[in-house]
Amino acid sequence: MRYFIILAFLLFPVACFAQQDDLMALLNDQVEEPINYAEATFKGSRLINGHTVQTRKSKAFEFLISHRFGRLNAGVYELFGLDGANIRLGFEYGLTDFLTIGLGRNSFEKTYDSFLKFRLLRQSSGRVNVPLSMVYISSAAFKTLKGQEQYTNHVSKLFYTHQLLIARKFGSKLSLQIMPTLIHRNLILEEQGKNDVYAMGVGGRMKITQRISLNSEYYHRLNTVVGDENFNSIAVGVDIETGGHVFQLHLTNSRAMIEKGFITETTGDFFKGDVHFGFNVSRVF
Amino acid sequence: MTQKNMKLKETIFTILMLLMFLGTQAQDSKFFTKDSYAKFYSEAPLENIEAHNEQVQSIIDIAKNDVVISMPITGFTFEKSLMQEHFNENYMESDKFPKAEFQGVYTSATPIDMSKNTTYEVMVKGNLTIHGVTKSISTKGYIKVENNTLIATTTFFVKVADYKIEIPRISFKNIAEEVEVSVELKYQPFKS
Repeated sequence: MRYFIILAFLLFPVACFAQQDDLMALLNDQVEEPINYAEATFKGSRLINGHTVQTRKSKAFEFLISHRFGRLNAGVYELFGLDGANIRLGFEYGLTDFLTIGLGRNSFEKTYDSFLKFRLLRQSSGRVNVPLSMVYISSAAFKTLKGQEQYTNHVSKLFYTHQLLIARKFGSKLSLQIMPTLIHRNLILEEQGKNDVYAMGVGGRMKITQRISLNSEYYHRLNTVVGDENFNSIAVGVDIETGGHVFQLHLTNSRAMIEKGFITETTGDFFKGDVHFGFNVSRVF
Repeated sequence: MTQKNMKLKETIFTILMLLMFLGTQAQDSKFFTKDSYAKFYSEAPLENIEAHNEQVQSIIDIAKNDVVISMPITGFTFEKSLMQEHFNENYMESDKFPKAEFQGVYTSATPIDMSKNTTYEVMVKGNLTIHGVTKSISTKGYIKVENNTLIATTTFFVKVADYKIEIPRISFKNIAEEVEVSVELKYQPFKS
């Protein structure tokens, strides 16, 4: 009998703890494994110049102000480029979680642009395992600058871009993206060669704290012609996120903030100091 | 084999049988829910934030007074979608810590009788795990018997800093240090 009492006392608390653990195991058995979507592969809708796979959530509205200043190697006289700025104002809206539309106006050549961003795949783990996020972007740009005689009618001032953005978030810090791109120019100068330009972009971000990340982006044109004096677009930058704002500060050899501009019309050589300081400020409502 | 040993064996056997009996009995005393409701509310000078979760899972055992609760962090929905993204990405790190869990016991002045529709005031005590950090908590709650189902409700405060959830200084005026959590669990009899 004495043994029984000792045993009972010994077993009792063990049994108590075990029961709750069992109950938790039982509860976990009842519920289906959830789908864990990769949230916030990038902090903003732009990596630096180009888009990321981030689409706006349904009914969310984003206002994006972007500046690219002049060249740093312009020296003190131009205050390292700060005297001259290209500005783009952008408005973006999430029609649904997977479809975002946007409008923009660029001071450079007084260009208007519009785009449609459609999410094809969303990275997830758990019950449904999808290794990548994939987004298709179609955009158009329309130049309204006056006094350009070579453009004979409105159609000839149009540019189209088609992009597939493929990204993966590797853990919480690192995200990488590749961006196969096709740009079609309705009318070109003879030395520009072909109407269609194919390019491959690569980029990524590395979070250094919860709210700050380092970004980089490079677009390589695949079918350049002899005599084309443009350069491939290179950009490095930092994202700072504070509540509803994302501040992106960067250095790039491109001055345009839309695809047809920074991919096909980058005139600066990054490694010779033709570098522009720029920023994007995004506010989501 | 001695007489004493025999007796011990018998008693152990009896205990085991008893435990097994209790174990089978317990089946009918368990109640389960997988789509109950939880809400949290943060009141701060600049803004009040509220989020709702309708994927709260729980089992309560009214014979043993045990209760376990589990909820997916990504199940919380906010009015502003960006807030929800920041909640998961920056504060709760829900890819690393996908669930909040509670394991505990409750005490009631009178045992819960399923044959009568009444409300019992209970004290709940146990371990709450949020953001990978486990803390013991105790709170008052109510269990209501309603036509062979149970409705359990409770409200308590969670100190954000206790669970190592970092709030940057710039957001101090947007997020409360203590967040009010309300839970409403609607149980059905558990069928295994």
